[in-house]
Amino acid sequence: MARRAGTVSWPGVAVAAALCLLTLGTLGAVLARAGGASLTLADWSAVRFTVLQAAVSALLSVGLAVPVARALARRRFAGRGLLIALMGAPFLLPVIVAVLGLLAVFGRQGMLNDALQALGLPVVSVYGFHGVVLAHVFFNLPLAVRMILSGWQDIPAERFRLAAALGLGPGAVFRHLEWPMLRAVLPGAMVAVFLICLTSFAVALTLGGGPRATTVELAIYQALRFEFNLGRAALLAALQFALCAVAVLAAGWLVLPGAFGGGMDRPVQRWNADGPLARLMDAGVIAAAAVFLLLPPGMVVARGLPGLSDLPAGLWAAAARSVLVAVLSTALCLVAALALGVAIVRGRWSRTLEAAGMLPLAASSLVLGTGLLLILHPVITPQRLALPVTALVNAALALPFALRLLLPALRDIETAHGRLADALGLTGLARLRWLVVPRLRPVLGFAAGVVAALSMGDLGVIALFADQGAATLPLLVQRLMGAYRMEAAAAAALVLVALSFGIFWCLDRWGRHAAS
Amino acid sequence: MLRLEGVALHQGEFRLTADWALQPGDRVAVIGPSGAGKSTLLLAIAGFLALARGRLTWLGQDLAPLSPGDRPVSILFQDHNLFPHLTLAQNLGLGLSPRLRLTPAEAARIDAALDRVGLPGMGARKPGTLSGGQQSRAALARTLLRARPILLLDEPFAALGPALKADMLGLVTEIAAETGALVLMVTHDPADARRFADRTIVVSEGIAAQPQPTDALFLNPPQALREYLGP
Repeated sequence: MARRAGTVSWPGVAVAAALCLLTLGTLGAVLARAGGASLTLADWSAVRFTVLQAAVSALLSVGLAVPVARALARRRFAGRGLLIALMGAPFLLPVIVAVLGLLAVFGRQGMLNDALQALGLPVVSVYGFHGVVLAHVFFNLPLAVRMILSGWQDIPAERFRLAAALGLGPGAVFRHLEWPMLRAVLPGAMVAVFLICLTSFAVALTLGGGPRATTVELAIYQALRFEFNLGRAALLAALQFALCAVAVLAAGWLVLPGAFGGGMDRPVQRWNADGPLARLMDAGVIAAAAVFLLLPPGMVVARGLPGLSDLPAGLWAAAARSVLVAVLSTALCLVAALALGVAIVRGRWSRTLEAAGMLPLAASSLVLGTGLLLILHPVITPQRLALPVTALVNAALALPFALRLLLPALRDIETAHGRLADALGLTGLARLRWLVVPRLRPVLGFAAGVVAALSMGDLGVIALFADQGAATLPLLVQRLMGAYRMEAAAAAALVLVALSFGIFWCLDRWGRHAAS
Repeated sequence: MLRLEGVALHQGEFRLTADWALQPGDRVAVIGPSGAGKSTLLLAIAGFLALARGRLTWLGQDLAPLSPGDRPVSILFQDHNLFPHLTLAQNLGLGLSPRLRLTPAEAARIDAALDRVGLPGMGARKPGTLSGGQQSRAALARTLLRARPILLLDEPFAALGPALKADMLGLVTEIAAETGALVLMVTHDPADARRFADRTIVVSEGIAAQPQPTDALFLNPPQALREYLGP
């Protein structure tokens, strides 16, 4: 007999059921509708492009992250902590803002082409396959660096000391210490990046397009938005779900490394990496990574600041809509994650419930959106529900991330204080109010900040549903870019970044100000 | 009375049986080697471990269907007896009302309980600002408020020095006398058992033995207790 089997926590079960209904129900709606349609050659090329760009993005992001992580692991310099903290920022940076920044550097009138022209060299285009991969590397390089860096710092310092005592050269250190760690960490990091790039929509929408650079997500959008071909969109959505499901199942075999752990401020003490060449290489790698990651957002700031005095019409209304969507989806996501997390930690069926919580990983913004559109279309004009649907989809898609952040903390609380709470008969809402929420507050604040910032910057399902009147801020930026009003777009992007990071900062700060 | 009839506890490979009864107001020590199952026995009475066999009753009422919070039991664990994020007054208040909706009369009772255990006026303090002995006192004050007829002590004073521990045992003795509670206390220390308990249960080799008068038990210890105490 184990300890008392625990009671069933019904709110958590209800959340799990709702998640199944949302992901599998929309999939059902999609499959029912997809029956008659058939795939064209263009659709297959979208599948090929999606998988190829995700694979290349994953390889490049992780491959380039290795030298950066190694340099950061073994060097101390002023601003090192800040740089590592900044590595967490692209995850929260709205995609459309990053694209705008990349265009300012690599675009037709960007810095790079200006320089090439001045030298009399031919200009390069950022659109197409390499543009999509470039943007994905921009987003995922820092994520991969953080994962690999935490792997580096998990190698006990004593082993490096032993290697130095034995007089091992750099080659031997790599073979005996670093390669085993990399072999354990790299596959997980690669799958994580691959998964993220598989559902890429906003990057493909802005930098891809055309028959040679269309992701499945983008193809779904085009089928719905321009052709209003529900059958074809449904078929593509089914295909996208299958792609993601296969990748998620593959990821389930691997342990995904963490990227949000603490303790990354500590450099690894090394005794044999201080040759002048190694120093120079590390300095170059760090400088290159910093420039690559800081220059695009810096350009958005530089180009956006002058436009702040003359903000485009409708900006504040769009900003208000974005904040509303972010607040709604954050509240929804965290209440659901909390209910589900408590049920997983305390009650029965915890494995099933946890699997239900991970289900949205196999869904994507456009698949959920298509399913909801198919379900809503006969009943109501979908455009009228653009904001609630966006909030719902954002909440569902962010739930696995929130759950992964909350679960370890919930388990700690249960281990340390669960028995006392049981002994005092502290159950239900009272337990939540007097035990769980106060103890969880730092993690809850951070998770809420992440979810809110992701939702603020989301450019996915909203593009599908919103008509001219109901744009959110990222959609407004995208439309301004489409109209080649780059200065106005940069100014709006600046407001968007300020709001995203502001909302993250507020929520994280609320969490950190927890009573001791 | 607290009656264990043919009780068997299973935890993985671990097995423990018990078959005896205790009276209200008894002060009983539970002694035996580490890992013998002393804590397991208390956890089962408190409702954290279901019985594999047998019946557990208090005054004739079967306790099996009751959750830990509904049993006529207060328990103090080795640690984590107070929530670190709540004030002492809130921690004590949870003993009166799990929703912490306290009437002025209840607030007054909390103050009185803090006075009683020697922590006057400290209701607004957080546990982290108190010494180990003061934290033990606060946890005891909560059992005073809960006034359950059975008090289970799973070595809550193990981390305290000898003098403080003696103080706390004295306080428990007084409180038990005031409330008439049955007290079961796990201990490693024969001196604690002699000082505090009229009767003692030896837990060893899968059996929680019949309670024996403490003095007689230590004058003529059975084989299991002799091995535990050493030469």
